[in-house]
Amino acid sequence: MKGLLKRFGVGGRTFVTAIPYVWLLVFFLIPFIIVLKISFSTTQIAMPPYAPLLHWAGEKMLQVQLNLGNFAFLVEDNLYWMAYLNSIFVAGVSTLICLVIGYPIAYAIARSNPSTRNVLMLLIVLPFWTSFLLRVYAWIGILKNNGLLNNFLIWIGAIDQPIQMLQTDFAVYVGIVYSYLPFMILPLYANLEKLDLTLLEAAADLGSRPWQAFYKITLPLSVPGIIAGCLLVFIPAVGEFVIPSLLGDPGMLMIGKVLWTEFFNNRDWPVASAVAIALLLFLVIPIMYFQRAQDAETGAGAHR
Amino acid sequence: MENSPRSAQQKFEPWTDPDAKPYVRIEKVTKKFGDFIAVDEVSLEIYKKEIFCLLGASGCGKTTLLRMLAGFERPTSGRIYIDGVDMTSIPPYERPVNMMFQSYAVFPHMTVEQNVAFGLKQEGLPKAEIAQRVNDMLKLVRLDQFGKRKPHQLSGGQRQRVALARSLVKKPKLLLLDEPLAALDKKLREHTQFELINIQETLGVTFIVVTHDQEEAMTLSSRIGLMNHGEIVQVGTPSEIYEYPNSRFVAEFIGSVNTFEGRLIEDEPSYVRIGCDDLEVPIFVDHGVSSAPGATVWAAIRPEKIMLSREKPESQDNWARAIVQDIAYMGDMSIYLLRLASGKVVRVTQPNVQRHTDDRLTWDEHVYLSWHPESPVVVTK
Repeated sequence: MKGLLKRFGVGGRTFVTAIPYVWLLVFFLIPFIIVLKISFSTTQIAMPPYAPLLHWAGEKMLQVQLNLGNFAFLVEDNLYWMAYLNSIFVAGVSTLICLVIGYPIAYAIARSNPSTRNVLMLLIVLPFWTSFLLRVYAWIGILKNNGLLNNFLIWIGAIDQPIQMLQTDFAVYVGIVYSYLPFMILPLYANLEKLDLTLLEAAADLGSRPWQAFYKITLPLSVPGIIAGCLLVFIPAVGEFVIPSLLGDPGMLMIGKVLWTEFFNNRDWPVASAVAIALLLFLVIPIMYFQRAQDAETGAGAHR
Repeated sequence: MENSPRSAQQKFEPWTDPDAKPYVRIEKVTKKFGDFIAVDEVSLEIYKKEIFCLLGASGCGKTTLLRMLAGFERPTSGRIYIDGVDMTSIPPYERPVNMMFQSYAVFPHMTVEQNVAFGLKQEGLPKAEIAQRVNDMLKLVRLDQFGKRKPHQLSGGQRQRVALARSLVKKPKLLLLDEPLAALDKKLREHTQFELINIQETLGVTFIVVTHDQEEAMTLSSRIGLMNHGEIVQVGTPSEIYEYPNSRFVAEFIGSVNTFEGRLIEDEPSYVRIGCDDLEVPIFVDHGVSSAPGATVWAAIRPEKIMLSREKPESQDNWARAIVQDIAYMGDMSIYLLRLASGKVVRVTQPNVQRHTDDRLTWDEHVYLSWHPESPVVVTK
C-alpha cells in the first residue's frame, strides 16, 4: 500500500487528509453541482423531467441555456417566502427550547461523578438506537385524540374532552425538540465538561456567589458549545420534512414540505432544486459570517 | 518615630511575643476524605505580616489545609479563626481572604484589566475607583502595558502576575498562595521570589504560601511549617528548621544531611558521646540530649560542616577515614562523596575559595573527615 502511494507521489499525511476532502467532493460538492445545474433548467415531460443546459446548436456551437426563471418564481410567489420564514421561525423556536432544556441537562451530566457520567451520556444517545421514523410515529400514538396523553389527562380528571394536539404546531415543536435534543446536549456537554473548575473557585474567592460565577464564568466560556449545539439543531430543523408532515397541520407551511411537493407531486425538478439552493444560501451565508465573526472575537489559537 | 528609634531595626518575631495576638488560628483541624486523613489535628498560629510557608512533599496535606483556609473545603473537625472570627463554615465568597491558584486560574475570556477588576466589580465599587485601583495594581506588578491583552497573549510569568494582581487588588488581610512559583523557570522564579517579598512588605499583607520547594520556603518565609502525612512536624524560622531539626525527617527534608545511627555511650548533662557502627571513633556532642538510655539516636551533620584533611586529626572523637568516591564541581563549591570503611557514603561540600589549586583532593584518595563538637544535631526520632 505504502509503495503504491509512493509511486503516485502521495505521502501518508496527504493521503489521510485527502479522505475527508474526497468524501465531501463525492457526496456533497458533486450532488450540489447537479442540483445547481437542475435549478437553472426548465421542466420537460421527459426522462429526466428537465431540459439539458448544454446542447449543440448547429455545427461546433455549444449553447448554454440558463433559466433564471425558477429563482425569479421563488421571489414572486409569496408561498415560498412564507414557507422560508415559517421554517426559520419554527426552527428558531425549537432551537431555543432545546437550549433551555438541554443546557441544564448537559450541565448536570458534566458535573456528575465520572462513573455515572458515561451512563448518563449513553442514555442521551440511546434513542438513536431506534429508527427516527419509528420514534416520530410513537409520538402520534401519544398525542392523538385517544392517545396516551389525552387518556391520561382524562383519567386524572384534568380535562373531560380530549385536546386536539396532533396536527398542531405544538406537536411539531414537540417532535423537533424531542428528536434534536441530543444534538444540543452533546456539544454542550463536551464544552462544559472541559471547564476548569478552579476558575469557579477563583470567582468564588473574589466574592462571586455560585449564580454570579455561573453567569460571569461558566456561561461565557460555554458560548462555543451553545453555538455548536444551536447550529446542529437549527440547520436540520429548518429543512425538516418528516416531523411536520407526520405530526403537523397539513396546511402548515414548511420549506421542507414545499420542496417535497414540488419534487414529487408537481414533478417540477428545476423549481424544487431552486428551492433547495435558496435554502442552502439562506443558511450557509449567515452561518459562515457568524463563524468568522466568532473566530475574530476569540482570536486564532485561543483555546485557553 | 523619634521616641522609638530602634523600632525599625527590631526583629520581626511576633511569635516570640507572648502578648501578640495571632491573626490566623487553626485549632485541631482534621480533614478526612472517606477513610483517608488528609490533614490530621493540625494547630497553627500565624501572625500579621508574616510570610508563613507550609512545606511538604506532594500529598502531605498542605494544599488541603490552604483550601480550608480559603473556604473551598470544610474541616471534618476543628476550627479556623481569622482575625478572631470563626471562619470554619463561612463560604469562600464571604471570607476576607484571597487566594492565588497554582494554575493561576486567570479567566481566559477576560482581558488583564477585566481579570483584575473582577473582584472589585463584585463588591459594587464605583467605576472610577475600580479603574484607579486596577491601574495601580497593574503598575505594581509591572503589567500596565498589558491591560488590554487576553491571557493567551501573555507569557507564563505575566499570567502569574495577573493572578497575583487579581488576588491583591481587593486588599485582603490574608493572601493564600498555592505553589506560586512552581510553573516558572528557575531564573524567573528567583527573581519573582524577591518581588513577592517586596510586594508583601509594601502592602503589609499576611502571606500563607504552600510549596514543595524547600529553597523557595527558605528564601520567602518568616516561618516554615513542615508537614508530613497530614501533620505539622516542625514549625520554626528557616534557620531553626535547618540548624535545629527536631527529627530525622526534618533534617533530611531540608537540605542534604549525613545521618549516623548510634547509641549514647556517655550521657552527661553538658555533653554526650555517641557510638556508631559506621565510625571508628565516637561522635562527641557538646550539649546534653534527652533520650532514654540505650535508645537509638541519630546524629545529623550537614555537608558544609565537615572538614577534609590528609592528616589524621589529633582529637580522639569526631573524625572518620574515607576514600574519595566522587567529586562534583559546581563552580562556587564542590561536592565530595566519600566512602567510609563500612561502605556508608558521606556527602561533604567545600567552598572553592581559591581559583585554582594543584593541591585539590582527587578520586580514590584517602582523606580524614572531621567536625566540631557543636556541628552534629542529635535527634531521637
